[in-house]
Amino acid sequence: MTDVTTLGVAAIRDGVRSGDFSAVEVANAFVAKVSAARQLNAFIVETPDHAIAAAKAADAARAAGETLKPLAGVPIGMKDLFCTKGVQTTAASHMLEGFTPVYESTVSQKLWDAGAGMLGKLNLDQFAMGSSNETSYFGNVISPWRRKDGGNAALAPGGSSGGSSSAIAARLVPAATGTDTGGSIRQPAAFTGISGIKPTYGRCSRWGVVAFASSLDQAGPMARDVRDCAIMLEAMAGFDPKDATSLDMAVPNWEAALSADLRGKKVGIPREYRVDGMPAEIEALWQQGIDWLKDAGAEIVEVSLPHTKYALPAYYIIAPAEASSNLARYDGVRYGQRDLPDGANLQEMYAATRAAGFGPEVQRRILIGTYVLSAGFYDAYYTQAQKVRTLIAQDFEKAWAQCDLLLTPTAPSAAFALGEKSADPLAMYLNDVFTVPSSLAGIPAMSVPGGLDKDGLPLGLQIIGKPFDEQGVLNASLAIEQRAGFTAQPEQWW
Amino acid sequence: MSVDTATVKKVASLARIAISDADAERLAPELNNILGWIEQLGEVDTSAVEPMTAVIPNTLRLRDDVVTDGGIRDDVLANAPLAEHGFFTVPKVIE
Repeated sequence: MTDVTTLGVAAIRDGVRSGDFSAVEVANAFVAKVSAARQLNAFIVETPDHAIAAAKAADAARAAGETLKPLAGVPIGMKDLFCTKGVQTTAASHMLEGFTPVYESTVSQKLWDAGAGMLGKLNLDQFAMGSSNETSYFGNVISPWRRKDGGNAALAPGGSSGGSSSAIAARLVPAATGTDTGGSIRQPAAFTGISGIKPTYGRCSRWGVVAFASSLDQAGPMARDVRDCAIMLEAMAGFDPKDATSLDMAVPNWEAALSADLRGKKVGIPREYRVDGMPAEIEALWQQGIDWLKDAGAEIVEVSLPHTKYALPAYYIIAPAEASSNLARYDGVRYGQRDLPDGANLQEMYAATRAAGFGPEVQRRILIGTYVLSAGFYDAYYTQAQKVRTLIAQDFEKAWAQCDLLLTPTAPSAAFALGEKSADPLAMYLNDVFTVPSSLAGIPAMSVPGGLDKDGLPLGLQIIGKPFDEQGVLNASLAIEQRAGFTAQPEQWW
Repeated sequence: MSVDTATVKKVASLARIAISDADAERLAPELNNILGWIEQLGEVDTSAVEPMTAVIPNTLRLRDDVVTDGGIRDDVLANAPLAEHGFFTVPKVIE
């Protein structure tokens, strides 16, 4: 019999529909994989009962001759940034340890309504702040990948959605939710040889997602291939009156319209993304990606996005500023941890609670955000950053006069070892150099695996598209996927 | 622009995060390093540019002025570190 854990979302869905295997068999097989892979530390909480209950419902619906839901029989992982009713939701922080929501986030509810089940809550960088999963209060997530250099250095799975990327790459889940503020879906996908798409800002409701930087935060799927991402995104997206920035637009049938035929499409290559010190292998992969897209029928044009170099510094004003405001809610009064030293007054309770509840990176970003928003500095930092953000968005708009899509590398390096960059916050921030500009502009972007580097580690290519053109992004990504033929998997050591 | 330990302490106080003198000493150079890097934004001529307010054009919606929520006191209090008599409980704020 097929090992169902080797299958992706579409194959599981189709196999359950046709009766090749039952949904309960699928759920049990993945539950066993999850519980046998605790060395990776990808999960904060495992929820086998949730997955099995959804599977039983799928099998019962099939036995009764009902039409199965779009994700019936598909168990997934849920990033622990989405509030799940009755299941601890921590944002990988001590602050929210033990927090058990009495409500369900819109995105997770949509997935359950589509028939999916939950295998567990996935680890992440604390409050989604990080690029390596080293800021989680619940310990580092370890990538299932290892360098082929004889050493066994534990590698970063990327961040912040590192539990999601590690679990998918290790075949513990066929798909997972991620969230992306400056690259938190795409960079971990690139580091682990999987696919992930950040849709247009507003496609997926932010309601019930623990907030980091509200003008940037956007949920999206991570999975093994483009089709599976399209299926997941269809289930996750859609208008939600509970989110004031939700897009009131119909959700396209992205899966049905998948096509790797790019004839008539123009793909731009932004010259400013050729950064100093980029490894030759990434340059070579980028050129390979250009050739693949040409082969798929696309015309390649060189474009300029002149403000690219200012995207990261603008991001590191805007994101911490919004975070310092959003995280003001953790006061030790309404939910989460409270630290009340003997004889402390209310103000001292706030300060003690926040010192104990937030990790060092979260505190660092709150302090930066508070500083740049403080009296006398607001215009020089925050207003200037929002003006630069306008210029970055205009760069993309001008590029769309010349092309339909952009092709870039996803990250400036392959996965690094845990501990290798954690001592220098700036070196860590530079990981997001290729993903942040599209976040600031709110436009859809996807990472797909392109190949392996000399150490045998995955490298990703990024497709960026116009607002609302997830279809174009998915289709170009599919064209790359078909030509890259990426089938490499980490050897199981866990 | 350089951040000294006194500024770090002031900002931490604004952010309601208790920090020790040692923390402030450690954080000052870290924040200076990050802020120094951020300051390159000053090179960009933005004199004719409006700050971004909405990343994707979207119209604010109106809805009927009706109550859509409420009557869930116990849910609201369910995760409180301390709740008594149907209220959040905090240290005494009036002497």
